Amino acid sequence: MTSAADEPPGTVADRLQTQALTTGYGDRTVVHELELVIPDGSFTVIIGPNGCGKSTLLRSLVRLIKPLSGSVTLDGGDIATVRTKELARQIGLLPQSSIAPEGITVVDLVTRGRHPHQGMLRRWSRHDEDAVRAALDRTQLVDLSGRVVDELSGGQRQRVWIAMALAQETPLLLLDEPTTYLDIAHQIDVLDLCTSLQREGRTLVAVLHDINQAARYATHLVAMKDGRVVASGPPADIVTAELLHDVFGVKARVIPDPETGGPMIVPHAPALA
Amino acid sequence: MRIGALSLRLEVRALIWTVGVTLVAIAIGLWSLTVGSAGLGAADVFDALSGRADASTTRIVVEWRLPRIVFALLGGAALAIGGCVFQSVTRNPLGSPDIIGFSTGAYTGALLVSLLAAGSAGNTGSALNTSLGALAGGLLTGAVVYLFAYRRGVTGMRIIVVGIGVSLFLGAFNTWVLTVMRREQALSAASWGAGSLNEIAWTHTIPLLVGLVIALPILLSLQEGMRMLEMGDDTGRALGVGAEPVRGILLLVGIALVALVTASAGPIAFVALAAPQLAMRAARTPGVRLLPSAAFGALLLVIGDLIARTVIAPAQLPVGVVTLCLGGAYLVWLLATHGRNGRP
Repeated sequence: MTSAADEPPGTVADRLQTQALTTGYGDRTVVHELELVIPDGSFTVIIGPNGCGKSTLLRSLVRLIKPLSGSVTLDGGDIATVRTKELARQIGLLPQSSIAPEGITVVDLVTRGRHPHQGMLRRWSRHDEDAVRAALDRTQLVDLSGRVVDELSGGQRQRVWIAMALAQETPLLLLDEPTTYLDIAHQIDVLDLCTSLQREGRTLVAVLHDINQAARYATHLVAMKDGRVVASGPPADIVTAELLHDVFGVKARVIPDPETGGPMIVPHAPALA
Repeated sequence: MRIGALSLRLEVRALIWTVGVTLVAIAIGLWSLTVGSAGLGAADVFDALSGRADASTTRIVVEWRLPRIVFALLGGAALAIGGCVFQSVTRNPLGSPDIIGFSTGAYTGALLVSLLAAGSAGNTGSALNTSLGALAGGLLTGAVVYLFAYRRGVTGMRIIVVGIGVSLFLGAFNTWVLTVMRREQALSAASWGAGSLNEIAWTHTIPLLVGLVIALPILLSLQEGMRMLEMGDDTGRALGVGAEPVRGILLLVGIALVALVTASAGPIAFVALAAPQLAMRAARTPGVRLLPSAAFGALLLVIGDLIARTVIAPAQLPVGVVTLCLGGAYLVWLLATHGRNGRP
């Protein structure tokens, strides 16, 4: 693998960064003075225990939550000042949950991903057409494109939402727990898709729960605890038994992944020993 | 097949339904100009409309019946548009202004105005005062529901639950007010509260027309954003829609349209609730749509008014009673089909 992700973060002016970002809900601060750089062209995965601020961080990166202090910057400028539609042309998001309008077909839903590119005067174009077709193709939805979304299986539905985010054609794509509720085969499909998108030059940021999947697929791993970054870097450099104990409070062995050679976690099982 | 062509087909289908239903509604409206105790035929009505009839026929058709029919068409459209906005924002087929307390609040406003007027001058309160009271009551109730439901933004279910609670409370209050009023006042208030087009004149219809002409362009310009937000706030925002401002404007304009109708005719149930859903099913659009809803609303109210005028002729029913009966049947149907195939 030779990508920008292998360089130490921050050496080139990476597009998406946070400066002393503090954010939360109401009076409750969830993320504290966080300094984060998303390396351009990386598949960055954020891990950490429940309630550590992973999703909150992801949501603030695309301005769904406003900072209490500090800022999120895109190309050096505060995203608070970017127009909503312009931001939606740069950063896409796959939220944890979305609602499919009643009776909508797959192709109609995916087409909605083109919304940030359309305006009062700019209507449907050849390029919109290609973007939607490519998104359907990438997610193996071409044969299902005329089906009603409510009637699809959970795995198919998740692919539809991913296709919508792909049709948005943003250089940066954030995914909030994209594999939740999917069976193992569909999880692998989604992660493989992420990797191939990253290799084509997009920057991806995902929140994942499965540390082994994170260690396998991430080019850049960010471990969070209590709203702070504990460690970040390539998985091979930072995934250690010590880190797992610090972040998740679990005892685990880290052994070489027989499939990839990267780090693999085998948790200690005191009750069974 | 090209993707753009697929979307276009959907839009064409919605357009055909909109135009078709509008034409049917207008045709029924024209025909119902001939219905009434004066025994006028189509020829008389045509003469009156083209200015060739005698003075009394002209008065009956142009001054009495026409404003009422036009009001039924426009008012039905306005109620349906309001309902469409509310159902989209709450993402719930029950999210209509009548369910969430707006109509009950308008009734409370009208009742209080006539109670106060009776206390001060001994008269029964003018129609204008009743309208203003209803407007204030409805808007205030809407604001109260929004504020109670607001917690870092509003969600559909919270608006509906809070609205039902507030409208139960106001309903109890209305009943109490009716019992303490003088009898003739209570009768006049109750007949307003049933929702009727009997007293409608051009002075009611023109403001409604103006309101629609202002409201429609605003709503249509926000329609795309409204559709994006139906998929959830996060999804809508990620697609570049400013959720809170768009929703705020939508609700304000939607409530204003319903208020305009309610102020003149009293609360008319069911149209706002049913028209968007009927339009969605007929035109098979994903989610509720403004213009098809408006067409179905116009059709429903013009038919409702025709039934109200004919079923116990020469006496007239309040149209609100007719729509309420239809609404009951509709709700039962909605609930029955909702459970059966997993989709409402």
